[in-house]
Order: sequence, then C-alpha cells, then structure tokens
Amino acid sequence: MTANAIITDQLSRDFGRIKALDRLSIQVPVGSVFGFLGPNGAGKTTTIRLLLGLLEPTQGTAMVLGQDIREAAECIRVDCGALLEHNGIYERLSAENNLEFYGRVWRIPAQERQARIRELLTNLDLWDRRKEAVGKWSRGMKQKLAMARALFHRPRLLFLDEPTAGLDPSAAAKLRDDLEKLVQFEGVTVFLNTHNLAEAERLCQLIGIIRKGELVGLGSPTELRAQAGKPRLTITGKNFSSQVISDLQTRPEVLSVDKHNTRLSIQLEEMIETAPLVSMLVSAGAQVEEVTKSQSSLEEVFLTLVNEDRGSTEKTDVN
Amino acid sequence: MLTDITTVIWKEAREFITVRPGLRGGWTGLLIILAVFGILIPLQEGIGWLQAPTTIFIWAWLPFILVNSVVADAFAGERERHTLETLLASRLSDLAILIGKICSAIIYGWGITLVGVLVGLVTVNISNWNGEAIFFPPLIGAAVFFLSFLVAWLAAGLGVIVSLRAGSVRQAQQTLSVAFLVLFVPLLLLPLLPENLRVTVQSAFVGVDLGQVVYMAAGVLVVIDILLLAIASRRFKRAELILAGD
Repeated sequence: MTANAIITDQLSRDFGRIKALDRLSIQVPVGSVFGFLGPNGAGKTTTIRLLLGLLEPTQGTAMVLGQDIREAAECIRVDCGALLEHNGIYERLSAENNLEFYGRVWRIPAQERQARIRELLTNLDLWDRRKEAVGKWSRGMKQKLAMARALFHRPRLLFLDEPTAGLDPSAAAKLRDDLEKLVQFEGVTVFLNTHNLAEAERLCQLIGIIRKGELVGLGSPTELRAQAGKPRLTITGKNFSSQVISDLQTRPEVLSVDKHNTRLSIQLEEMIETAPLVSMLVSAGAQVEEVTKSQSSLEEVFLTLVNEDRGSTEKTDVN
Repeated sequence: MLTDITTVIWKEAREFITVRPGLRGGWTGLLIILAVFGILIPLQEGIGWLQAPTTIFIWAWLPFILVNSVVADAFAGERERHTLETLLASRLSDLAILIGKICSAIIYGWGITLVGVLVGLVTVNISNWNGEAIFFPPLIGAAVFFLSFLVAWLAAGLGVIVSLRAGSVRQAQQTLSVAFLVLFVPLLLLPLLPENLRVTVQSAFVGVDLGQVVYMAAGVLVVIDILLLAIASRRFKRAELILAGD
C-alpha cells in the first residue's frame, strides 16, 4: 500500500490553445480528504477526469492508488467511486434498479447486492421509494441516490464533484458526517471538488486552490490561512472619527481599515501586538467595548488567491 | 467480459423495453408492426407469405427499421441525459460497453422480428389449415433467420457509430434516417420505374439461384458487420465521448 493515494507531477491538459490544467503537482495521502477549490472553469473537473483516466494528459504524470493513469486507467477505476458534475442517475429507472445496475457493474454477488441496496437506501431514507422512477424525484433526492451509487462497491478512493449541491442543509450535514465516518473508519480517501468553503474547512485535511488551471495554494486550512491570509483586528465601540481612521491607515502595520456602524475592521500586515493601536484609538476619544484578533477565514484566503490577477482576461470555461 | 456485456444489456433492456418513455406509445407501435406483418399481410398473402422469396426481403428489412428506432439513443441519449460520464467512469471496459449496446439493439430488433415471423407462421397455418402444418421452405426459413440477424447487426453497428459522436439523439436519428434512405429507397422505388426499365432489372434476376443470392448477401453482410464493429471499436475513445457533449 502506497502512502499517497494520488500523486501528480506537472500534470497538464490543454484544449487547443487553452490550458485547462497547468503543471499540477500534488500528493494526497491515503485516508485523507483533499479539497479542491476554485472558481468555475478553473480546471477542477478536468483534474478528476484526468485522474480517472477519462482524459489523456497533455503532459506530466499521475499515479492513482499506485497506478499510472496513462497505463492502468481501467484498474484505477475498479477501486474508485465517483459522483461527477452531473449525478449520472438513470431517471427512467427506479432507485433500486439504478443501484442494482451499478452493483452488477462492480460484480457484487446478488445476495450482497440486495443487502447493500437495502442498507444504503434505508440509511438515506429512500427505501420506501425504491420502486419509483427517479425522474420525478427532487434534485436533492437524486443527489443522495448518486452518493449511494458512488459508495455502493466500497471504493478505496472517492471522487466527489460538488456532492452537497442541491441538498437541503440537514441532508448536506448528514452527508458530511457520513463522509467523515467513511474516512475515519474505512480509510477511504476523498478527492472533493467544492465551492463550499465551510464544507472544505470542516472536512479537508489538505486543500488545493486552483485558478485558471494553475495551483495557487496548497496546504492544510490552517497553513493556507497563515500563508495567504492576513490577520484582522475587529474593534467594537463608538466615536471612531474620520481623523482617527485616516491616522490608522498611515501606520505601516495596517493594510486597510473599514468602518461598519459601531465596528471597525482593521486588516493587518502581520500578527503584531495590537495594544498600541487600541490605545491610539482611546487617546483620540473612541469608546472601545470589544477587541477581537483573528486570522483570515478560508473564504478570504480563497478570494485573495483567486482574485490576484483580476485584471487579466477571463479564460474560457472548458470544464 | 461476458458478465459485463450482459450487465449493459440488462440496463438497456430495463431502459428501452420495460420503462421506455411513452410506454404505451412504444408498445402500441410494436403491436401495430406485429399486427401488420404477423397477421394482416399473412392473411392477404396466404401460403405465399411463407414460400415466396420476397418474404426474405421483408423480414430482413424490418429489423433495420426496428433497430434504427432505438439505437440512436445508445450513446447520444446517455450523453443528453448526463449519464454517459458516470458510466465511463465505472470499471466497465470499452468493449463491454460497446458490445453491450450493440447487442441490446440487435436483441430488440431481431427479437421482435422473430416474434413477427412466428405470429405470421401461426396466422398462415390457422387461415389455411388443411390438417397439416405449413412451414417455411428450409432455405427461406434459414435466410429469414440469419439475414434478419445480420441486418439487425448492420443497423446496430451503423447506429452506434453515429450515436457515439452525435451531440443529441435527434441529430443521430437524422443521420440514421439519411442512411436508411440511401440503403432502402432505391429498392422501394423499383416498382415505380418505367415498364421497360423494370423488366430489364427483373430479367437480370431471372434464373438466378436463390441459394446463391442468400449466401452472397449473407457473406457481404458479415463482412460489412465486422467492419462496422471494428470502426465502432476504434471510434470508442472515452475522452472524445465525454468532450463531444461539452
């Protein structure tokens, strides 16, 4: 067993003159959740397609579960489960038949197949509706069924492309719990494409941020916040005069100052002693009630990284 | 491989027979075909329906129509309904998916044709009963059986090739309709030719041994069918199948 479920080295894919993925090099440890964040068209779906051997890379290499994607794509797919951009549910078929089909695809013996269908559909509260054609179901129900299909054969590596899209908050929370258990108790590795930063922060041990095919950030949520995020000082109180705000802005350790009603939000260059800033405010007549020092959220880190070259031309969405 | 092929056939059967959209319409269409070719025409033609060589042409033509009506959906339909990528991301091999799709279409077209043949046989026997069962002459019976299979295979192979890259089911159906016109309309127009031209064409076939014609047709069809299978196999590229829908 290799220590990394996924290793990519300079993995790239072009579509004509468009670089959908540009020299991606990552390592995803076995039994971890890797979150892949990026705006639409950044190359997230292309990456999953490459790792599943559905697309050929233009250059670079990738090993998935110890096997080369160029040479052993079929073997890789045997051990992988996938919930892709579209849920892939056969809407004319019943929920039971959808799972029955993929159970047969993975050659699960009939008796075990029946037991697994019952287990998964019961767990998702869909057992009573197993005979219905799925076409009339809500998007969330279809998404739950697609998740059940992806997990049906107990894959070692799970590719999930926006798995909680369309789910109601409680179903999404349950799915996140299930994913955590899957990783914790069954050692499944999860490659998670998501726009949901709270979800990524909660589930992922490792996060990659991609922009226009290029990896612009990689690390644990804490590391990313430390690397790309700036500390913030939030001060609640009264009498924040425009003079004191402009005085604050001239200080070298202050990046920006925003005032919203009774709250002053100060973006700092680095984590520093904040007492001098507070006493400066108090001396200028401000009444300070509360001072909070915090790191940037993952959302702020994400926005900083993906908006770094805002001025450049928008890239065509190829995935 | 065989298990995987039967799995694909199992799914296709569930999709286009058990739960086709407009189920009633689908079954009604099939019942009309069976009523026309299994009851009405046999009643009109009598014993000739079993013994005239033209019956071979009719039963060989029918599976082409039947397969054509479903095969466009094979890949274009999966692409349109966004199920293709998930199927391609499974452990199924290229060949299992391809052959599974082709076999499903053949079983559908050929199976219904054989049911029609049997219904026709029963109809002729009931309407012309004289105490003894009437059957197809061996050559005609064998020709109907094998040629209808080979034509179903031809239609399935052609249909799958078209469906592989078509952006939508409608586009695939349009392309297949053109193929159908090219292949069959000249034959259907034969009776409309001027008398002297028609006599010339027909005289070319007078004295020709039916057995030889059947063997030749079967030989040509086998070659074309194998060729179509090879082309379909070469054109089955997962990357291109996925990107054709993007």
